[in-house]
Amino acid sequence: MTAILIRGGHLIDPSTGLDEKRDLFLRDGRVAALDLPGKLDALAKKEHATVIDAKGAMVAPGLIDLHVHLREPGQNYKETIASGTRAAAAGGFTSVCAMPNTAPVNDSPEITRWMQSPDRDAAVRVFPIAAATRGSMGEALTEYGVLKAAGAVAVSDDGKPILHDAMMYESLAAAARAGLPVIQHAEDTRLTQNASMHQSALSFRLGLRGMPGDAESGIVERDIELLQRLNDNRAHLHVAHLSTQKALEAVRRAKRSGLHVTSEVTPHHFALTEQAIGDYDTRAKMSPPLRSQTDRAALIDGLLDGTVDAIATDHAPHAIHEKEQEFERAPNGITGLETALGLSLLVLHQQHRMPLARVIALLSSQPAALLHLKHRGSLAVGSFADVILFCANEDWKFHASASKSKSKNTPFDGWKLPGRIVMTISEGRIVHSSI
Amino acid sequence: MPAKIKKAAKSRAAKPGSNAAGGSSYHTGSALSVTHFTLDDVNSILALASKLEAMPIQRRAQLLSKRRVALLFYESSTRTRTSFELAAKSLGADTVLVSALSSSIEKGESLKDTGITLRALGAECIILRHPNSGAPYLLAQTTGLPILNAGDGTHEHPSQALLDLRTILARLHKSARTVTDRTLQGTTVTIVGDILHSRVARSNALLLPRLGAKVLFCGPQALLPADAAEIGPGVEIERNLERALQRSNVVMMLRIQRERLAGMQLDLDEYIARYQLDAARLAAHAPKAVVLHPGPMIRGLEITSEVADGPNSAVAEQVEHGTAIRMALLFRALHPIASKSRKQRKK
Repeated sequence: MTAILIRGGHLIDPSTGLDEKRDLFLRDGRVAALDLPGKLDALAKKEHATVIDAKGAMVAPGLIDLHVHLREPGQNYKETIASGTRAAAAGGFTSVCAMPNTAPVNDSPEITRWMQSPDRDAAVRVFPIAAATRGSMGEALTEYGVLKAAGAVAVSDDGKPILHDAMMYESLAAAARAGLPVIQHAEDTRLTQNASMHQSALSFRLGLRGMPGDAESGIVERDIELLQRLNDNRAHLHVAHLSTQKALEAVRRAKRSGLHVTSEVTPHHFALTEQAIGDYDTRAKMSPPLRSQTDRAALIDGLLDGTVDAIATDHAPHAIHEKEQEFERAPNGITGLETALGLSLLVLHQQHRMPLARVIALLSSQPAALLHLKHRGSLAVGSFADVILFCANEDWKFHASASKSKSKNTPFDGWKLPGRIVMTISEGRIVHSSI
Repeated sequence: MPAKIKKAAKSRAAKPGSNAAGGSSYHTGSALSVTHFTLDDVNSILALASKLEAMPIQRRAQLLSKRRVALLFYESSTRTRTSFELAAKSLGADTVLVSALSSSIEKGESLKDTGITLRALGAECIILRHPNSGAPYLLAQTTGLPILNAGDGTHEHPSQALLDLRTILARLHKSARTVTDRTLQGTTVTIVGDILHSRVARSNALLLPRLGAKVLFCGPQALLPADAAEIGPGVEIERNLERALQRSNVVMMLRIQRERLAGMQLDLDEYIARYQLDAARLAAHAPKAVVLHPGPMIRGLEITSEVADGPNSAVAEQVEHGTAIRMALLFRALHPIASKSRKQRKK
């Protein structure tokens, strides 16, 4: 494998606190050295390294997305592992964690391994998240130890929350023993039947059945209670795509009381409110739904004060004909891999003055730590050579039609965003470049 | 065509809603939501309705001669469908009815494809009734045709609100010629019943306050969430029917669906006791109020026969105003080529 010297850039590595000009030397898929500008030139020459001029660019760890839907196996018309990971690379992600709601559901070590096979032609690293219950039916646990051995990094019944208290308790207990987090899509589906947006004055006006905020916070509160009752310090609950103030506050309280509860927020939930639905725009339909401005502001506060551990996209591709339907009939979800960094920089860094290093931490070192992804989300010597180059203040325009994803269901088509991604390197391979 | 009408048709600005990212806009002849109408639009529709109503039948029948109008009905309907159909026919248009049963919709054809098929068959305007809120927006975006919303889910029923407005103006002896934001100042309209599921309630609550009216929503919690008051300015919740009636010049009763009450564990007798409009209640609290009902009425449930057939009732007038309003909406949707119409007029 060839060596790469990234020269003249400004390095940001939240895992080590580095935020200075540094050159970075990659060899054999790992970070081999980093040093003051110019100091690695001789080494690069000796090893015939490819030299990348990063002048004016930020050099950061490759981003890690805890929550994507790659639709494979089974729904290749929406996305494949190959297409989804190319969208990831274009968005600066070098690791993506794939949810198990495929067809069939990823509830076995065979599917878990199949997803990671080189035959899938993934552009970046795929970490499967296995189903927490068989078929995600909420009735019998899957085999967590075996799934972990096959490469699963967490268990979740994303999209089909575990409602039964006893089953959730068992899942937390079994996952604690296996050393895996349980990721819960917190939605009390008994309160959200036939609902297609947030319950509010707007849902009343639009004549759409609404999902009450309590449908989320109720499950989060219940799960925290179960975690407390379990009283096993290995147990880890991760709350997927937090969307309400009330659920966020439950997470904040749990963290203060010392429980191992972590959470993620999606860019669309901190960038948009339910108003984005406009005239029944199905590109603004997802679950959890876009919420009120109060909820949005609370999520931003949670990101700023550290209650939220990670930004995750919930990338959920759907075919055109599926989204071009009556609002209530269209499926939930939007794509998100290519807009996540731009939206994070726009909303958190530019509008809310979050330091750049914190934004990067939420997208790299923190999700890596959360799922114990060793040597990821860091530029320390010995880490995987997962690196991105981006221009933090250079605006670019996102065009859905140019997306690498098979699907184009995004509300951000035509948005001007900061943070143009110049290059994405995954384990030493250049997987995206716009130089 | 009279110059005034032509001008009204031309001056209509596109009201494409907030779907900016998609860049979609709707045909300006569409009637998707009352919120898309400016007061000028409302005025020109009311004026057009009066003009068309007064026109000799034979001349009126030339206006949309050989124009093709499709009625696309995914839900059953008596009065709205018949009213639109008769309105179209009285302007000379050819109509075709497509209902969800007995069409390819049964075979799983999408709304988009159904719309494109109708357009390819020559439909120049589609009147849509659909069980999903917002469906007319989708049809308008995907066909580019003028779409008249004849009721979408629990969202809106714009032609009903316009005909209710025309009925109210006639009954209260207000000039319908030029309405302003003060025309209905001092007028309170109470809407009673299943507000949560009513597209009639929404369209009226979004339209009438813009002419200065106050709208009171009245009903039990299960059928009237507190959020409803935030639908727009000039709307309040008054759960006590007597108190609401005392303030009302107009009271609009909505149909109550028994199966909905059952689902919400609402006691029917209790509902009747608290919310039925009967003669005694009307005489005691609002003896002069105009009584409206969009139909179909369930006599003995939300309204008694004495009230429905009594002097306060304007229910039959509503239906008559409906035809005039729908003629105006159809004309507006298809606004015939002005020069040709003018020639016809000169002959």
